[in-house]
Amino acid sequence: MLGVKRSDLPLDKDAHSRFLPWLIAFMVFLAVLAIGGILVLNATAERWDQGVGGTLTVQIAATEDAGKDQNNLQEVLNVIAAQSGIERYLVIEEERMMALLEPWLGSAAEAGDLPLPKLIDVGLADEARFDLKGFTRQLQLRVPEATVDDHRVWLQRLVNLIHTVELIALAILVFIALATMGTVIFTTRTGLAVHKEAIEVLHLIGAQDSYIAGQFAGRAMILGLKGGLIGLTLGLPALLSVGYLADSLKDAALPDLSFGIFEWALFAAIPLSVAFLAMSTARSTVLRALRRML
Amino acid sequence: MSKGNIARFENVGLRYGLGPEVLRDVTFTLDSGSFHFLVGESGAGKSSLLKLLYLALKPSRGLISLFGSDIATTPRPTLPGLRRQIGVVFQEFRLLEHLSTFDNVALPLRVAGVKEADVNRHVTELLEWVGLKDHMKSRPPTLSGGQQQRVSIARAVIARPKLLLADEPTGNVDDRMALRLMHLFEELNRLGTTIVVATHNMALVDSLGYPVMRLDAGALSVIEGSGNKSAAREWRESRESAQSGERAADRADTRQAQAQARARRERLRSETDDADTDPPGIENFL
Repeated sequence: MLGVKRSDLPLDKDAHSRFLPWLIAFMVFLAVLAIGGILVLNATAERWDQGVGGTLTVQIAATEDAGKDQNNLQEVLNVIAAQSGIERYLVIEEERMMALLEPWLGSAAEAGDLPLPKLIDVGLADEARFDLKGFTRQLQLRVPEATVDDHRVWLQRLVNLIHTVELIALAILVFIALATMGTVIFTTRTGLAVHKEAIEVLHLIGAQDSYIAGQFAGRAMILGLKGGLIGLTLGLPALLSVGYLADSLKDAALPDLSFGIFEWALFAAIPLSVAFLAMSTARSTVLRALRRML
Repeated sequence: MSKGNIARFENVGLRYGLGPEVLRDVTFTLDSGSFHFLVGESGAGKSSLLKLLYLALKPSRGLISLFGSDIATTPRPTLPGLRRQIGVVFQEFRLLEHLSTFDNVALPLRVAGVKEADVNRHVTELLEWVGLKDHMKSRPPTLSGGQQQRVSIARAVIARPKLLLADEPTGNVDDRMALRLMHLFEELNRLGTTIVVATHNMALVDSLGYPVMRLDAGALSVIEGSGNKSAAREWRESRESAQSGERAADRADTRQAQAQARARRERLRSETDDADTDPPGIENFL
């Protein structure tokens, strides 16, 4: 009943419903953060899947003997060259290794001072069809010092973790919706009690249940929309400032918070869906209460 | 005016929870266009009987049919349609205090989905008629008892109900106002509305002489008048057990009784003229 313009019940003057928009705003604030979290995690999982997938790293531990190290490297490269399904491979140079280690060891560290392992970055043509077990066995048979670091296992765990966090965020969203419904139900019940006399008169005058429920539903919708907009106004800047701070760190591991049209539409839909949720909850609450009258 | 019964009770019993029956084996029929008084000591079940009539309560047993529909088998969504044909003047008025006089009276029309332009016209006319034109925007708490009563009566009749129920409508007003109200009810009755007035005011019952439904500890006895006011007097006379012989059974007596009643009414009407603007006559409205 969206068409009720004039209200026979003074619901807009109810003191008990004045706090409802703020409770809903708080819920929406949390919902915005949860949804933002879900979007970011989704994007991150996707990016990691594409970025690191399809590669593995072969590591050859350094021995005391530099000549043996050189031999080992050659042996490994031979195995890699003989293996089918490998698109490209690259021995990571010592300068680059030093650059990677610099933040931990400092620039003073000399390459010669450290027994650095050799790293070979291997790109796979088709990750799914690559015979990882056979390749690993072959490699370790020829060079016992060589180990294969498969990113897939590590990545899979990471993606699983992300999905678990996403599920938790979804559960939080469901709880937020339930809490919002509960708040609306209690506010509506209070309204029913406060206006018991007026409702009874309307009922006896011949008002359909839907007429009375419509007045509560209309009011709840307005309050819900109000709360939704307040919550969104507070939640979006919070989310965006987190994104801005993350952006300024320029670390590839941190999530990207640039939203597309779909994401913006999703946020815009929050106040509307909260308003709808409040409206239908109030409506069904009133209808259930009125059914107890003759 | 279509004949037939407006309400029919058969062996109706009512109890609240597990308490004793407040109404026992109540059986009566309200013919279309009839006028009844409902009398009885307080606690005899008058209000309960009215509540059953205006569909605020379900009977514990027995059959109630309103406008030809058995209440027990009528689906809930069609009950509002029946309620809209019943106007109720509640004892304590039950006006909605946050609404203006106009909006209170407009309520039954709005609830029935009448167009706002028509609501405006009807309500303005009726408020003019009951002398509350200058109080259309006032809220009930700012009105006097008599004015509030007129608002509640206006609300009860605005949708032209087939059945008008009034619970102690004279309880809160002085005798003059009580009589004016009764005249209003009589006018409505003359235009075809079936009327039941619950009252304590035996003087009023006696002076108008309509048939009387009498509740005694939950049991109903009807002194049928079929519009014959002498029957009510009979009842009064038997009650007073002063003169018990005169049975006004023939038409001549009836006519005479009616003439007497009318004369008495005219007299009272002239006596009750007060500062309030007199209603210009219900014909203008209905």
